[in-house]
Amino acid sequence: MIELNNYLSWGRYPKYYPKNVLHMSWRNEKPNLQNLDSTVLPYAFGKSYGDSCLNKDGYLVDIKRLNHFIEFDQINGTLKCEAGVTLDKILKLIIPYNYFLPVTPGTKHISIAGAIANDVHGKNHHINGTIGCYVQEFELLRSNGEVLTCNEKINSDLFKATIGGLGLTGIITTAKIKLKNIPGIFIDAEFIKFDNLDEFFAINYESEQKFEYTVAWVDASFPFGCNPRGIYIRGNHTAYKETKKLQHKELKIPFPFELKLMNNFTTSLLNSIYYNKQIFREEKKIIHYNKFFYPLDGINNWNFAYGKNGFIQYQIVIPIEDGAFVIKDIMKIIHQSNKKSFMTVLKTFGDKKSPGLMSFPRKGITLAIDFPMDGKETLEMLNRLDSIVREVGGGHYPAKDSRMNPMDFKRFYPQWEYFSKFIDEKFSSSFWRRVSK
Amino acid sequence: MKTILIIGAASAIAQETARIFARDNFHFYLVDLSLERLKIIVDDLKVFGAGEVYYNEMDANHFDKHDQILKDALNKLGQIDYVLIAYGTLANHEEIINDPEQIAREFSTNATSVILLTSLISNYFEKINKGTLAVISSVAGDRGRKSNYIYGSAKGAVSIFLQGLRNRFGKSNVKIITIKPGLVDTPMTAHLKKNFLFTSAETIAKGIYNAMMKGKDVVYLPFYWKCIMTIIKLIPERVFKRMNL
Ligand SMILES: Cc1cc2nc3c(=O)[nH]c(=O)nc-3n(C[C@H](O)[C@H](O)[C@H](O)COP(=O)(O)OP(=O)(O)OC[C@H]3O[C@@H](n4cnc5c(N)ncnc54)[C@H](O)[C@@H]3O)c2cc1C
Ligand SMILES: NC(=O)c1ccc[n+]([C@@H]2O[C@H](COP(=O)([O-])OP(=O)(O)OC[C@H]3O[C@@H](n4cnc5c(N)ncnc54)[C@H](OP(=O)(O)O)[C@@H]3O)[C@@H](O)[C@H]2O)c1
Repeated sequence: MIELNNYLSWGRYPKYYPKNVLHMSWRNEKPNLQNLDSTVLPYAFGKSYGDSCLNKDGYLVDIKRLNHFIEFDQINGTLKCEAGVTLDKILKLIIPYNYFLPVTPGTKHISIAGAIANDVHGKNHHINGTIGCYVQEFELLRSNGEVLTCNEKINSDLFKATIGGLGLTGIITTAKIKLKNIPGIFIDAEFIKFDNLDEFFAINYESEQKFEYTVAWVDASFPFGCNPRGIYIRGNHTAYKETKKLQHKELKIPFPFELKLMNNFTTSLLNSIYYNKQIFREEKKIIHYNKFFYPLDGINNWNFAYGKNGFIQYQIVIPIEDGAFVIKDIMKIIHQSNKKSFMTVLKTFGDKKSPGLMSFPRKGITLAIDFPMDGKETLEMLNRLDSIVREVGGGHYPAKDSRMNPMDFKRFYPQWEYFSKFIDEKFSSSFWRRVSK
Repeated sequence: MKTILIIGAASAIAQETARIFARDNFHFYLVDLSLERLKIIVDDLKVFGAGEVYYNEMDANHFDKHDQILKDALNKLGQIDYVLIAYGTLANHEEIINDPEQIAREFSTNATSVILLTSLISNYFEKINKGTLAVISSVAGDRGRKSNYIYGSAKGAVSIFLQGLRNRFGKSNVKIITIKPGLVDTPMTAHLKKNFLFTSAETIAKGIYNAMMKGKDVVYLPFYWKCIMTIIKLIPERVFKRMNL
């Protein structure tokens, strides 16, 4: 029997357990899906926050051990590997050859298939778009046992539906991606404090022209936080060579238990420490890519710090021109509800189009906020936030979602009905059943 | 170029270890139950920089095939510098405790076949007066516990056998290494709830590689299992027999 507790999502809310878990560990050993008595969904590392990687009372197919490399073309900069290979393993392999991932999210402990299924974005979205823009081809196992090669030319509809397709179109078994050249492993980074959103927008406008990577951390617990302060982070790859001083030791602190440490007090404290540890208004430093892209990966299972009830990440995108007032309104409601958030992030998306049919990013500004799941109170506040987002035509990110209502989903993803034609008849997820109702 | 023979090459721990050897451009001879799986591993190791990679299937419980495999490996590789024995099975203890056939089979897979292979290989190393043989035993072999004493006693037998071999070769260039991992996140432990005591196969692999390069004797992986097992071994039997571990 499989230990089902190993198969929750990152937010550990909702706690939906599958009926059972099948394993696909070798690309030539196909699990028999056709005769299952319930629906299936591929599951990789469960780094999605909500229920998009969960399939309550159905089956999950664990593809973590589909983790073999197939071909690394060092001349043309392409990589072919199995679905469960992590971004971490890819980076370790390609960096010595001066290649990097064209797009990376805020953690490297996710699978390439998971990255495709959510068409993930990173700090360079304003220039490079999503990972889907760099997927050249993949193989997709359907429940009838067929393995389909999908790219822009062959099975191109299925190709587009699977990028951002939330694991519903079949199991990706292998993928081929285009890599990006870099001059070295370091990032020329700048950290700039801002006092309010107007300053944020001014810095952002200037930064987007000159920096490949941009993002802002926002102190959402500061007493006058309706117009929040924060730190703007931007950077470019640099050819700077490794020196003793810049050697990077990767931390791996385990967080052993589900223990609720994140509450209003500790959150405010952490925010204040984070903001104040930078003394000068502007800091420039050359830092290792791990420190720049994956600061959160230093602590294993930091999600356990939200305790048994887990947490919710609320990530939305809204039109840029509405940004300032919508974010202020959102902050106001958060303060009225007396909720504090540690990880609050702002970033503008560009207009580079992904082949993905259901991709989340679109031109505008995205805001991501983490809240401990305190039951009804939390959900009610999020409903209030929804109404603001709805008014300006904004939408939610399925990879982070556990609660958006079906109306909002259908409004923001009007292509959902067309997309559902590509869903494999045996496939479903808790998320999909909830939003397509 | 250096060469390595890996028996149980499709095990999660062996695969990660092989990748490290591949970075050093080793030539490989891989053995496991399934050719199809080994083919996948061949591509993978090539990406990491492996030299020639040969492979063959064998059920270690077919003792009469051991010699043939070793000969073929020698034939292909010319000489064998390193050997890693990594296969194993962890049956459901509760289900087999009253099934003599299953117990015998578990013991054969995890102990007898390993002992026979190590004898064979160490004789070869003795002949060329060099070579490094690492075998994955387990912390479970350090003390019998009610929850897994069949697996544990098989691993214990292997550990003691290796200890004897090491003593036999103590003054020679032949290195015999006992690897004792703690809890590792692999298919073998898929049925267990993961907690902070689990280590990734990748981390264990680094430890195995280092131990083989340095020619260590007995290594606990990660190192802190040595402390844990020292304490567990210190508990008097009178007390231990009442404990739930
Ligand atoms: C700390 C942290 C930071 C993050 N930062 C970002 C960010 O900056 N940008 C961003 O976009 N996301 C971000 N995320 C979200 C994360 O990148 C996505 O949720 C990602 O999809 C998780 O991948 P996974 O391998 O864990 O897959 P899972 O979460 O297990 O699955 C994700 C989806 O992929 C599907 N899937 C899994 N395997 C396959 C397969 N073989 N074939 C087809 N479908 C499959 C699943 O069914 C599911 O729908 C972050 C997450 C964390 C924990
Ligand atoms: N995982 C742990 O927590 C842990 C802890 C301590 C020690 N160990 C030991 O570490 C070693 C590697 O384990 P792992 O966790 O990496 O396990 P694994 O991934 O389950 O690998 C075991 C491998 O052994 C193969 N095998 C089984 N019976 C065989 C036989 N009769 N002949 C040849 N090959 C056979 C299996 O092939 P098939 O898959 O085709 O059956 C599989 O490839 C084992 O010796 C194990 O006992 C593991």
